[in-house]
Amino acid sequence: MPKVTFTDHAGETRAIDANPGDSVMETAVRNGVPGIVAECGGSLSCATCHVIVDPADFASLPPMEEMEDEMLYGTAVERRETSRLSCQIRITEDLDLHVTTPETQV
Amino acid sequence: MSRDGLLIVGASQAGVQLAVSLRALGHDGPITLVGEENHRPYQRPALSKEFLQGLISKESLIFRSEAYWAEHRIRVVKNERIVQIGKSDDGSGTAYAESGAAFDFERLALTVGARARRLEIPGADLAGVLYLRNADDALELKARAPEAGDVVVIGGGFIGLEAAASLTKMGKRVTVLEAGPRLVGRAVGPEMSEYLRAYHAERGIEIVLDAQVTRLVPADSGAAVGGVQLADGRVVPADIVLIGIGVVPNTELASTLGLECDDGIRVDRYALTSDGVTIAVGDCANLPNPVPGAPPGDRIRFESVNNAVEQAKVAAYAITGRKEEYAGIPWFWSNQGALKLQIAGLSRGYDRTVVRRDDTRGKFSVLYYRGDRILAADCVNAPLDFMAVKAALADGSVIPYEQAADPTVPLKKITVAADAPRETRNELT
Ligand SMILES: Cc1cc2nc3c(=O)[nH]c(=O)nc-3n(C[C@H](O)[C@H](O)[C@H](O)COP(=O)(O)OP(=O)(O)OC[C@H]3O[C@@H](n4cnc5c(N)ncnc54)[C@H](O)[C@@H]3O)c2cc1C
Ligand code: FES
Repeated sequence: MPKVTFTDHAGETRAIDANPGDSVMETAVRNGVPGIVAECGGSLSCATCHVIVDPADFASLPPMEEMEDEMLYGTAVERRETSRLSCQIRITEDLDLHVTTPETQV
Repeated sequence: MSRDGLLIVGASQAGVQLAVSLRALGHDGPITLVGEENHRPYQRPALSKEFLQGLISKESLIFRSEAYWAEHRIRVVKNERIVQIGKSDDGSGTAYAESGAAFDFERLALTVGARARRLEIPGADLAGVLYLRNADDALELKARAPEAGDVVVIGGGFIGLEAAASLTKMGKRVTVLEAGPRLVGRAVGPEMSEYLRAYHAERGIEIVLDAQVTRLVPADSGAAVGGVQLADGRVVPADIVLIGIGVVPNTELASTLGLECDDGIRVDRYALTSDGVTIAVGDCANLPNPVPGAPPGDRIRFESVNNAVEQAKVAAYAITGRKEEYAGIPWFWSNQGALKLQIAGLSRGYDRTVVRRDDTRGKFSVLYYRGDRILAADCVNAPLDFMAVKAALADGSVIPYEQAADPTVPLKKITVAADAPRETRNELT
C-alpha cells in the first residue's frame, strides 16, 4: 500500500496508508492530519494545502503545472525549493512520500 | 442519547467545520451532527464541476473518514430530517425528526444551509426539469445526461455557468437563459460579466440575456420536458432543463423557535442568534459584514465555502467560551470549464475599476476601488493577482489605482505596505 508520512512544523510525524488515485491532500484531510486546511477541496483555488516535500522524494513526482506554480506564491508560509500544493499530488501504486506541513496555512 | 452536548442540525460544510473545529480546540463534550441527506457529509462545489464531468468519484467528495468521526467521538447521523424543535430559555431542548427520532441537546447549532429557489412557471414539474443543490440532484443530472442532446440552463449565475461549461465539455448543446441584462449580475461587475459571456459564447454555449421564460413545454411523449418557451414565442429545445436561479436560506426551524430572521437567521459577530445561545452558521446565516472597515450595521448573507468555514471557527470559539469576532476577507472561486475565477473581497460600494488583461496568457482581472482604496478583485486564470489583492486587503496595504492596469507588472511589486501590520488571531488554521 502507498504511504504518506506527514511531519508537522514541530517535528511530530504520522504515517498514513493512502489509496492510489487520491491526492495527498485528501489523504491528510479525511484522516484528520492537522496542518492542511484545503478550503477549496482540491480545486487549486485556495493554496491552503501547502506542503514541503522531502528533497529526496521531490524529483520522483510529476512536475507541477503553471497554475500550481503561481498559486504557490500565495501560500501563508513562504514557498521553499520543494514546495507543492498537496491537492495536486496524486497517490500512485508504490508511492512512499515524505512531506512537512508548514506552521500555518492561512 | 445523552442529555448534554451540542446538537448540530445540518451536516454539510458549516456543520462539519463546527464539529471539527470544536475538537481541534479541545472541546470535550458530546457532539451530534444530524443531516437529512442520505449521504455521508460531502462537499458541494464539485457537483457542478469535476463530479458532474465524471473527473472525480463520489468518494472524494466525502469530508472525513468514518475512522475520523469515531476517533473524535463525533456522532454523525444521516437521513434524519429535523421537523420540530423544543427549546428552553437556557438554550437546551429536544429536536424531533420526521422519523420520530428525538435528539436532546444542551445547546443547538443550526447549520441548515439553503435550498434551490424553485421556478414557478407552467411545466416546471415535468420530468427532466432539474436543480443542482445537493448530491441527489447531481446524480440525477448525471444519470440523465447521456441520453440528452440539448440542455437549457435557466439562470446565468455561478452554478448555471459552471454546469453549462461542464455539460458543454460532456458534448451537450447548451443554452443559457439569463433574465437579467448580464451574467452573474449579483456578484461581479459589468466588465467581468462581459468577459464571461464572450468566453462561453466562443466555446459554443448559446447565451440569451434579458430572456423572459414563460413556460416549459412537454416533449411529444408528454411527461418529460422538451423545450423552454420565451416571451417572444420562440421555443428552445431541451432534453434537460437545469434551473439555477439562486437559493433560499432555510430559516423555518429558526422562525418557529422565535429566532429573528431576515434573509437568513440573524446572528451577531460571534455567530449567536437573537436568543444569545443558539448558533447559526453558513449559508443560512445573516451576519454583520465581516470585512474590516465595513459600514456599521451593514449585514450580509454569504453562499460560500470560505464563509461556512470561517464563521464555523468563530462559532466554535463562542461555544468554548472565548469571544473571537468574525472578521476577515471573504473569498470565492468558480471553475467554469478551463476558466478559473477567483474572487477576493467584496466589491459592493465600488466607484471605479481597473482591468488587467493579458489575452496571450488568458488572464483577466478586474480590481474594484472606492476612491483609492481597493475593495475586491475578480481574477480569471490569474492567481497571482488574486493572492496579491487578498493579501493587501488582509493587511491594509495599498495597491495604487494608477499603476494597477499593466498586466506585465505583478501587483505584489506595486503594493505599498500599510503603516502597521494588523493583528492576526488564532490557533485554528
Ligand atoms: C453546485 C454547487 C457548487 C458550488 N460551488 C462553490 C464554489 O465553487 N465555491 C464556493 O465557495 N462555494 C460553492 N458553493 C456553495 C457552497 O457549497 C455552500 O456555500 C456551502 O455548502 C454552505 O454550507 P452550509 O453547511 O452552510 O449549507 P449547506 O451546504 O446547504 O448544508 C446544509 C445541510 O443541512 C441539511 N438540512 C437542512 N435542513 C435540515 C433539517 N431540517 N434537518 C436535517 N438536515 C437539514 C441540508 O440537507 C444540507 O445537507 C457551491 C454550491 C453548489 C450547490
Ligand atoms: S486544496 Fe485548495 S489549492 Fe489545494
